[in-house]
Amino acid sequence: MQRNHNHPTIVTIEKVIDETPTVRTLVFSDEVMSNILPGQFAMVWIPGINELPMSVMISEESGKAAFTVRRHGPASTGLFNVKVGGQIGIRGPYGNSFDIKKGKLLLVGGGTGLVPMMRLLTFVKSTDDVTVLIGAKSKDEVFFEDLTNSLLKNNPHKVIVSTDDGSYGQKGLVTDLVEKLVDETHFDAVYTCGPEIMMYKIVHSAHSRGIFVQASLERMMKCGVGICGSCCVGEDLVCKDGTVFDGQHLFSNKEFGYFHRNKAGVLENY
Amino acid sequence: MNQLLYSKLGSFIKVKPSLATSIGQIQLDRPVMLASGILGISLDVFNRLYRSGAGAVVTKSLSKEPWDGYPNPTIFSVKGGGWINAVGLSNPGAPNFAKIIESNKDVPIIVSLVGSIPEEFEVMIKEFENCKVTAYELNLSCPHVAKVGLEVGDDPELVKKIVTTVKNTTNVPVIAKVGLGTTHYLDTVSIAIESGIDAITAINTVRAIAIDVETQRPILSNKFGGLSGTPIKPIALRCVYEISSKYDIPIIGCGGVSTWEDAVEFFLAGSSAIQLGSAVGDNWIDIFDEINKGILQYMERKGYSKIKDMVGLAKKS
Repeated sequence: MQRNHNHPTIVTIEKVIDETPTVRTLVFSDEVMSNILPGQFAMVWIPGINELPMSVMISEESGKAAFTVRRHGPASTGLFNVKVGGQIGIRGPYGNSFDIKKGKLLLVGGGTGLVPMMRLLTFVKSTDDVTVLIGAKSKDEVFFEDLTNSLLKNNPHKVIVSTDDGSYGQKGLVTDLVEKLVDETHFDAVYTCGPEIMMYKIVHSAHSRGIFVQASLERMMKCGVGICGSCCVGEDLVCKDGTVFDGQHLFSNKEFGYFHRNKAGVLENY
Repeated sequence: MNQLLYSKLGSFIKVKPSLATSIGQIQLDRPVMLASGILGISLDVFNRLYRSGAGAVVTKSLSKEPWDGYPNPTIFSVKGGGWINAVGLSNPGAPNFAKIIESNKDVPIIVSLVGSIPEEFEVMIKEFENCKVTAYELNLSCPHVAKVGLEVGDDPELVKKIVTTVKNTTNVPVIAKVGLGTTHYLDTVSIAIESGIDAITAINTVRAIAIDVETQRPILSNKFGGLSGTPIKPIALRCVYEISSKYDIPIIGCGGVSTWEDAVEFFLAGSSAIQLGSAVGDNWIDIFDEINKGILQYMERKGYSKIKDMVGLAKKS
């Protein structure tokens, strides 16, 4: 029987990788999720605990996919704590994906926002010159650096890590680094995923210089399918119209970078 | 001479049908509305829906205070069609929501209200005094939250008190949304009419459950939810037919509309407008224009100039 992508498919966790003290990658077999596009997401059900939207991480093995999760609230902590052999339900893929341009590309990921960036790297051409910026608070929260280098081993590339406290790589905010890079180099496209304030600054840096830029947004989600309205940003619904939006579109949205909604739908400032 | 000319012209010129409809005092340009609970927390989204062809937007059911709703999973897709949801009436609360729609100029907004006692409804309606509100819809039928919705709708005395209080509080038309509970919905409709209600929306989602066979547990965090979408359409249609056969009250049909044929069925059964929600999840918001176009083509083919021409026609035999 053909799979109904709105219906949860139960998968078993086969491997758990500790990326940092607070971030884990959970690997499972699923052909559909292994082939999703960068920017798309799945709704992940942790039976008895919660369900949350997740970007789908790549796996080195074909037919496999993963979720890279930071322990934070009850839902993400529930997922973080799933052991090998544990079962979770997944539905999707949902949402649109990044428009993959050619040439000189800049990818900026903050924390688990690196997940769609890693998948995007699997779509670049070997002729593309790719710069990846990895932003983290401190040294022990840096992950995917080696993976990024290995994914780009056939490309002209640069991987730069910045930590807020300077304990690893360059010291300072990744957004300051982006501002510097887009001044020095002409990029054909900039892609970003991470905390919204970070994305807001990056979108601004690129868009104000006429550089094509896209960001993958995150919002509180309940249904994931355009019914509940929880993930609205102005007139846009992240689950249906996104998660990926063009910089130009984002700048016409009054809420991007300023507000998000809580579970009740009340606007809150970032 | 003129008469002859007109009658000759009449056979050549077809009158362009109009999608405008009225539900009692409520006048709408188009008969397809967004049902309550769907997409309703930002005015920007309401404007977009209106531009996309929705005749009106019914808000999420608003309570006196903000409600978070239930934890996820809050929605389940039924194999073969339909959804079971237990979002849990999450909403920003009437005072916050009144601020959101204060600047509304264009969109016909129907404010859905949920509460346990008449005073709550009275207080909430006062919050909207400075807003452009087309009507209020009383949620007497949500099947998955305690002390409100269907539990209120199942209590005839409470329905009477709430409708009477609301009618004494506002001059804006008031609609009661009914559903399938332990009190027969026709009795609820009857009491609402006696208490002065202006129109009826029928029906709400139907209480349901989904169980996962692998993990052997109910999927929704609240266990029970409300079934919506195509599986409930024939039931909703039956209710509209029964209400319109028994009572002289404007009806809004709601339940599983996903095509123009569904909408027309509801008109033929006796409703003057329809609401949809689940179809937005399946087809996104293009659904409004699609259905509007289908209704217009049907009207042209059948020679109807207005929606009212076909309301209740299925009861003629």
